[in-house]
Amino acid sequence: MDLLEYQGKQLFARHGVPVPSGKPATSVDEAVAAAGEIGYPCVVKAQVQIGGRGKAGGIKVARNRDEAHAHAQAILGMDIRGLTVHEVWIEGASEIASEYYASVIFDRTAKAPLIMLSTKGGMDIEAVADEDPDAIARLHVDPLLGFQEFHGRRLAYEAGVDADVVRPVGAMLAKLYNVFTAEEATLVEVNPMIVTPERDVKALDAKVTLDDNALFRHAENGALRDISAEDPQERMAKERGLTYVKLDGNIGILGNGAGLVMSTLDVVAQAGGKPANFLDAGGGSKADAITSAVEVILSNDKVQAVLFNIFGGITRCDEVARGLIEAFAQIKPQVPFVVRLDGTNDKEGRQLLADADLPNVHTESTMDGAAHKVVELAGAA
Amino acid sequence: MSILVDANTKLCVSGITGREGTFHSLRNRDYGTRVVAGVTPGKGGQDVEGVPVFNTFHDAVDRTGANTAMIFVPPRFAADSILEAEDAGIALIIAITEGIPAHDELRVYNIIKKNGRARLVGPNCPGILSPGKANVGIIPAAFFKEGNVGVVSRSGTLTYQIGNVVAQRGFGNSTIVGIGGDPVPGSDFIDVIALFEQDPETELIVMCGEIGGEAEERAADFIAANVTKPVVAYIAGFTAPPGKTMGHAGAIVSGSHGTAAAKAEALEARGVRVGRTPTEVAEVAVSLLGAAA
Repeated sequence: MDLLEYQGKQLFARHGVPVPSGKPATSVDEAVAAAGEIGYPCVVKAQVQIGGRGKAGGIKVARNRDEAHAHAQAILGMDIRGLTVHEVWIEGASEIASEYYASVIFDRTAKAPLIMLSTKGGMDIEAVADEDPDAIARLHVDPLLGFQEFHGRRLAYEAGVDADVVRPVGAMLAKLYNVFTAEEATLVEVNPMIVTPERDVKALDAKVTLDDNALFRHAENGALRDISAEDPQERMAKERGLTYVKLDGNIGILGNGAGLVMSTLDVVAQAGGKPANFLDAGGGSKADAITSAVEVILSNDKVQAVLFNIFGGITRCDEVARGLIEAFAQIKPQVPFVVRLDGTNDKEGRQLLADADLPNVHTESTMDGAAHKVVELAGAA
Repeated sequence: MSILVDANTKLCVSGITGREGTFHSLRNRDYGTRVVAGVTPGKGGQDVEGVPVFNTFHDAVDRTGANTAMIFVPPRFAADSILEAEDAGIALIIAITEGIPAHDELRVYNIIKKNGRARLVGPNCPGILSPGKANVGIIPAAFFKEGNVGVVSRSGTLTYQIGNVVAQRGFGNSTIVGIGGDPVPGSDFIDVIALFEQDPETELIVMCGEIGGEAEERAADFIAANVTKPVVAYIAGFTAPPGKTMGHAGAIVSGSHGTAAAKAEALEARGVRVGRTPTEVAEVAVSLLGAAA
């Protein structure tokens, strides 16, 4: 789960990471009131989970009430690379002497947290990594040992931070590492991390990704989910306990098992089609789960044909067939279906479908054959 | 021969008294696996269809000589259960549980590695099947028979898909190992491929990868340097958009990292044949085996 900047900063503040004080606002009036409380100059920042907010005009400094009003009005409702701004964060403007970069990343290859620190902050870190990799100091921390002060010193000296801030930068890294472990994040990134003219070190931005699987231990973080940023079909699927990812095409896909579904998308694309979604109905799906999944797939009105690709292991093909028959009874789909059933109880499943004689449902025996058939039907639709 | 599980496997199941745990433990036993014990705190002294249940892994090991554990408990209890099995001296721990927090996996992985006495397979995996010998987990054994193809995979159903085509052409499997779809698997491709390389029964290795991480790229280097047997690979997720988790927690393209294209390229550059569809993988495998026969 990705947090908005201000949610990340509020999380930081709880762990003693220095951040500028601020307030969120969802309306122009709220924004102006918040600016009045915080004082001028202040910054009005669009809260969307995407980079390049500044360039898009989503971050503006307000020197007085009129400017705060004008900026809030311009930014709320603004579209930034496809995302609508529903919320702004108003914070006190900071004076900047230096801009650094700091992050703690869950490095799955090294099986350890990776801390990165650079004096080249405030710019795209991937570009820095490509053009000047030596400008980024990197250090893995043994998760059984945890962060030690020497880690902070090594990173600060290697990155070449100003000599008088080696200690506060190290202290900042310790606090960010603490956020990473205590909140079970998979990413904690601060860009820029600034040094003020008074030589204070502050987090001027916050990018935090939390592990969804760990939310049961962090009930307070569960409420941070940004529902407005979620796709309606994806939200509907989540509420029904289905794993669904929306894609751009017109062929709805349902399969069982993440690997098989990914593979089905690939095979459909190779056959010249464009998948409309990824949907893993999971292992052991019962008929009602299949019916529910068909509803989610068809709620995307771009879908012109649907492919079921089932290899039954724990999942029984007769259950899948029953679910499809039930879905036809309930929602009477207007698009063609191609169904490939193989594995546990496949004969029973195919027999059920044959007996039901559903309109515009085609059965295929192989994955490749089914992919070609659905591409042909979607093209003809 | 086979790898990891066989007639010497003495299995203890954590979570045997749960609905899924009971169902799959008994299915494993029906297949011929020696299921010697179960562990459920508070239910020690009971039994599940004749399988004795203990309160702790230590009791189970002392009383039954269990050498393999299967973890079937819910995610919030799974890390503790894996570490308990390790502490009790279990040599092979197979974790089926899906949804274990990433930081728990990190801790468990590093503790097991540091102690150096147990091997963890999974979590979020379908288990291990050595056809004709033992089945530990949820792999539908009926589709597979004994043979000379070793399979290692991040995905369950994709393995069944490929294995089924191989079986239809008359070939069988030495062992099928699901390493799971999580970001921190206890065992990776390299660990399992190294075992297949040493296994006299295995003549060809199929590896089934997917987007996310660098496990396939690292396996490619390992294969080039250490593996004499033919390896055929499949990679799922060519059409996956960046930044979206495709079902498995570990299946995500992050920026430009972890793409299927990069993985396929790395493998092919090291001489590993990569099939474009599951069917093609099976066909390549069958043609290589046919040529060897």
